[in-house]
Amino acid sequence: MDNYEDRVAALEARILELEAVNEARAAQPAFSWKSWFEKYGLLVAWVAVILILGAFKPAQMFVWNSYATMLGSNAMVVVLTLALIIPLTTGDFDLSVAATMGLSSMLIAVLNVQFDQPIFVSIIVALLAGAAVGAVNAFFIVYFRVFSLIVTLGTGYFVAGLILWVSDSGTIAGVSMGLVKVVILTRFLGIPVGFYYALILTGAIWYLFQYTSLGRRLLFVGRGREVARLSGVNVDRMRTGALIASSVLAAFAGVLYTGMRGAADPSSALAFLLPAFAAAFLGSTAIYPGRFNAIGAFVAVYFLSTGIMGLNFLGVSSFVTNLFYGGGLVLAVAISQIIRGRKPMD
Amino acid sequence: MTQTLNIGGSPSGGSALEISHLSKHFDGAVALDDVGLQVARSEVHGLLGSNGSGKSTLIKVLAGFHDPEPGAEIRLYGDKLPLPVPGARTREKGLAFVHQNLGLIPTLSVTENLFLNQLATEESWSLNWARLHDEASRIFQKFGLAFDPRALVAQLTPVQQALLAIVRAYEELRQASAAHGDRPGVLVLDEPTPFLPRSGVEQLFRLVRQCTDLGASVIFVSHDVDEVREITDRATILRDGVLIDTVDTASTSHDGFVERIVGRSLQTYAGGAKQLHSPATRVGVTDLAGPGIGPLSFDMTQGEILGLTGLIGSGCDDVPAMIYGAREEATGRLELDGTGKSIATLTPEEALAWGLAYLPADRLGAAGVGSLPVGENVAMPVYETLGVGAWLTDQVINRHAQTLGAQAEVKPNVPELPLSALSGGNAQKALMAKWLQIKPRLLLLDEPTQGVDVGARQTLWDALDAAAANGTSVLIGSTDYDQLAQICHRVLIFARGQIADELTGTDLTKETIAERCYHSTAAMA
Repeated sequence: MDNYEDRVAALEARILELEAVNEARAAQPAFSWKSWFEKYGLLVAWVAVILILGAFKPAQMFVWNSYATMLGSNAMVVVLTLALIIPLTTGDFDLSVAATMGLSSMLIAVLNVQFDQPIFVSIIVALLAGAAVGAVNAFFIVYFRVFSLIVTLGTGYFVAGLILWVSDSGTIAGVSMGLVKVVILTRFLGIPVGFYYALILTGAIWYLFQYTSLGRRLLFVGRGREVARLSGVNVDRMRTGALIASSVLAAFAGVLYTGMRGAADPSSALAFLLPAFAAAFLGSTAIYPGRFNAIGAFVAVYFLSTGIMGLNFLGVSSFVTNLFYGGGLVLAVAISQIIRGRKPMD
Repeated sequence: MTQTLNIGGSPSGGSALEISHLSKHFDGAVALDDVGLQVARSEVHGLLGSNGSGKSTLIKVLAGFHDPEPGAEIRLYGDKLPLPVPGARTREKGLAFVHQNLGLIPTLSVTENLFLNQLATEESWSLNWARLHDEASRIFQKFGLAFDPRALVAQLTPVQQALLAIVRAYEELRQASAAHGDRPGVLVLDEPTPFLPRSGVEQLFRLVRQCTDLGASVIFVSHDVDEVREITDRATILRDGVLIDTVDTASTSHDGFVERIVGRSLQTYAGGAKQLHSPATRVGVTDLAGPGIGPLSFDMTQGEILGLTGLIGSGCDDVPAMIYGAREEATGRLELDGTGKSIATLTPEEALAWGLAYLPADRLGAAGVGSLPVGENVAMPVYETLGVGAWLTDQVINRHAQTLGAQAEVKPNVPELPLSALSGGNAQKALMAKWLQIKPRLLLLDEPTQGVDVGARQTLWDALDAAAANGTSVLIGSTDYDQLAQICHRVLIFARGQIADELTGTDLTKETIAERCYHSTAAMA
């Protein structure tokens, strides 16, 4: 009898053990097509867009030069998107990035053309102006605890006013050819070098978020402020840093924008806010799904601009750009909600 | 103290509320076992019991949050309620709740709050505010309360807010009863008093009496034996999910109540027999003070596990966070191994660097991020030491978390899973491991095993014992007397923000701790 009970006990222990093993195995992230597609679906979609549009316009869609130009001329959108994902990771919106990019662009033109300052000095001043916008944002968001959406909506509009003021509401052309040369005229593999600046920044921010303790703590700040604070993270300093970094990067996007055109106008930069947001959210559904990430953002910018380029080749009117970016943003957020299991957004 | 009552068979139709054969199980654990309860018309009926007695489960069943086991029956004025209780419709049937958080909206006016539920379902398009304010004034006058109907609720004192919530609940019952005839309704007051000053409690009791004089019945849930003796006609005591007794308040002494709440058991506890390794003082807390707490001082030795406890509202649960510098209003001084710092200026960042660690009770709100992987949650404090050169990869983080998880018996031990996918006990094991790995000099815990199953509880206790044996001093704020008796070397009893008593050695049993909590609160009143 004893023997029987021992055996039953041994059997039960064995069953429990097997259950634990099975449970662990079920939870192991084995290869699955679902998670593969979550990560790389955007790349697949990009290739699909190229092939579909190429079927209609092969002469333009299957030519390297089209892509070389497209990659170069969207470099500042990549930088602007990267600027956005830093505060988005720490849980803050920055709606002032596009205006900051415009301010930086205009300051360079005004200082360089109207005040005859060397281009190098003009760029430094523009970047410092960006840092100042970020500091003002952070002051109101972190010190007064005002919701970031409201603060940056206001500062963005304020900065747009500054641009009109310093430019006297006019376009300023004739910016130093030195800048134009190092942004767009010099090419490598046919692509303007501006693209490579954006590529390097993408790598740097990917490294920061994915492979440094600072980057991983930023994520804690965004996902659980109280958790981060109680785990010894200086949450206020992190948020301030993220907002300033965002504005400085936006100012750098302005440098590329001026360099691409050799001129600055007071309003066109503002139109880049939505594409950047669309790319940031679309990018957060890819590569590292559920997290704002640099590579995803990079892919998303070029996925969207490939679509726009193809539609232009098809001769579709320009209003399609708005449909594409606006629809893209809402769809991207909807997709990321599905990934998050449709929990309320925080 | 008591007034003329018609307990039981009144001519107008028996009990107001009648509960029978009420049981509730959670994953095999029995929270309520075949409990029965009768509340008479115009009666104030007390509901007493320690944490885990099943008291709050019973209230939650009544409010419709929990579905009781089959066989239960709840009757309101003779009508059987459908089970689970349809939460939204209990008011129509004559059952209203005032919970501890009161359910008021501070940024709205007194009138708006008073008529909140009516306004939410108001069908006429326009609102006559003058008429509503007048009506509010009239209602307050009836109860002898001088509230300005136009004032914002945020401007009211905590006592006034509690009174407003009770008046609102009563008025809603009265409106419902108009449709149902002879049913004045049952008002459930769930711990309304712990944060009120004595004078406020008296006002609140006067209001309760006015309600019962008007025919309503009141269920008064409380930890405070003296308050229960003062206001109730009869009282029901629960312990470990079982109905212990329903007593006539007038003929039951204070000790009679405490005995029934606490009970007697022959269980032996490990805590009292524990020996300290080092008698040297390591931690000194001096003049710690905050809203409703202190100033108070205590010392701890190296490797000591010190419990802080008391009844709800005693302030014991705030102390760990205050010492960690996590509460802005906290002041006082903390000494650690001979160096001292002011708690007023201490930040969590400095506290952590100084050798403190704090594990809050709010597991997925303050202790860990549910949407992030277990691995990142666990490895966060040691990111700096994990990187391979300049690269902190998922692989290193997960390998590290897996090693820790295996030691802490986290199941399933898969660092890639989001923290929210783990059960309460396993999430807590992982979060405990997060802090134990940095070997803090002083570990501060707030309810470390709340909502944790029995097996995980033992694992967590073993982990704390091991840490203490290695020299970590552990401070536990908890109202789980059983847990404190099992793992603490010493327990400090809090009452009204002060240290009222200290228990060590053979006094360290669940029953003595509970008894001292109830007595200290009475003594400090």
